[in-house]
Amino acid sequence: MSNALTHSQVIITFAVMKLVNETWYLLKKEVLLEWRSKYAFNGVLLYVVSTVFVCYISLNLNPGFSNSSGYPIVWNVLFWIIMLFASVNAIAKSFMQESKSRLLYYYSIASPQAIILSKTIYNILLMALLSTLALVVFKVFFPNTLGDPLYYFLAVLLGSVSFSTVFTMISAIASKAGNNGTLMAILSFPVIIPVILVLIKLSKSAMDGVDRSFFYGNIGVLCAINAIVIATALLLFPYLWRD
Amino acid sequence: MKFIYQTWWKVAAVLLVLSTFYTGLVLKAPRLPIIHETIRNLYFHVPMWMGMLTVFVVSVYFSIKYLQTGKEEHDLAAVESVNTGLLFYTLGLLTGMLWAKFTWGEFWSGDPKQNSAAIAFLLYCAYLVLRNSIDEEQKRAKISAIYNIFAFPIMIVLIFVLPRMTDSLHPGSGGNPAFGKYDLDNGMKIAFYPAMLGWSFIALWIATIRYRIRLIENKKNAIN
Repeated sequence: MSNALTHSQVIITFAVMKLVNETWYLLKKEVLLEWRSKYAFNGVLLYVVSTVFVCYISLNLNPGFSNSSGYPIVWNVLFWIIMLFASVNAIAKSFMQESKSRLLYYYSIASPQAIILSKTIYNILLMALLSTLALVVFKVFFPNTLGDPLYYFLAVLLGSVSFSTVFTMISAIASKAGNNGTLMAILSFPVIIPVILVLIKLSKSAMDGVDRSFFYGNIGVLCAINAIVIATALLLFPYLWRD
Repeated sequence: MKFIYQTWWKVAAVLLVLSTFYTGLVLKAPRLPIIHETIRNLYFHVPMWMGMLTVFVVSVYFSIKYLQTGKEEHDLAAVESVNTGLLFYTLGLLTGMLWAKFTWGEFWSGDPKQNSAAIAFLLYCAYLVLRNSIDEEQKRAKISAIYNIFAFPIMIVLIFVLPRMTDSLHPGSGGNPAFGKYDLDNGMKIAFYPAMLGWSFIALWIATIRYRIRLIENKKNAIN
């Protein structure tokens, strides 16, 4: 019964619509700024490609390694470690590159929830694109058969979503505490270790082509961790941005 | 805050913990293969985690209070609770390692439960490092309160949820039954529940003493 909305329901719907609108505009602005400079995208892409190339050259020093039994395990772990460092580097910038006066301007026109949400969604989009490209590059340099390519890709996408949600919140905290990279690593790694453990397990079973019913538990854990992180970020960011 | 200056619960804590020295070490416990008498570690290992959890919950409570009110005492209460929690964390790890030596064969065998406990330990060490990295008191209090609230649910997932989903040897994980399911007979409950309550009170007591020392220090260092 739409005409029987109470006063508080109207207020809540209005607030949600306002939040969605603000998030949408801020997200468009983030994408537009990135599209103009393409700095984060190109920078991280180059970072990923050069890291993959360094790994390629180093592993090529040991002939016959690609036929050894440990190769698929190393392949999988190496990919996730490269992705981990690439995403720390990409997302650490998300609050640090903003100048103080510009942040002040955002806060005067939008709600804090809209700001953290738009940053998170933007990082998710950026990381999804980057990890897809990274997977392609990695697969070119290190040939390997994927038993279940669709689910491996799904694991990669889930990974980029999880990295983005966790690192966006941590980079907001770290940027308030002196902007240094050490702090970013110290704060984020304990949080990201469980995520990366689940991801490595998930992608390893996708690589081996295990029956798909094994995935659901791990996917559930990842979604739960993401939900917790997003919920706490939405609750805590309003206290964080005020100086 | 009147509670922390009262005596009854401190007396109760001492009595409860002293009683477990008798009930836990002397009373009969079920004899199980491999575990044998090490089952008595249950009275000393699990209560450490209970004590840790109690003070961590208290610290999250005061972190939330700090964000609401901005009073410095709340920040001090939160940080001293975390400090006490880390002490109990270490004791929990050590008692667990001792038990693991006699049942699993190694102090540290890379069991998922041990590994996640170590990671969650890093999480709270990061809290202390974060505090040290900020000089301005109010900013430090605010940001560390935020990180504390953020870290708590992740600690819960790490220690109490994730190991249950993998192949862990730890009782209660990976299909292994917890002691409570089959082995915890009524005789053991007499020792176990008082130990849980007693050590939680002891943890609270240590935290309140540390908090009161910090309050006095703060008063001494204040500029009037």
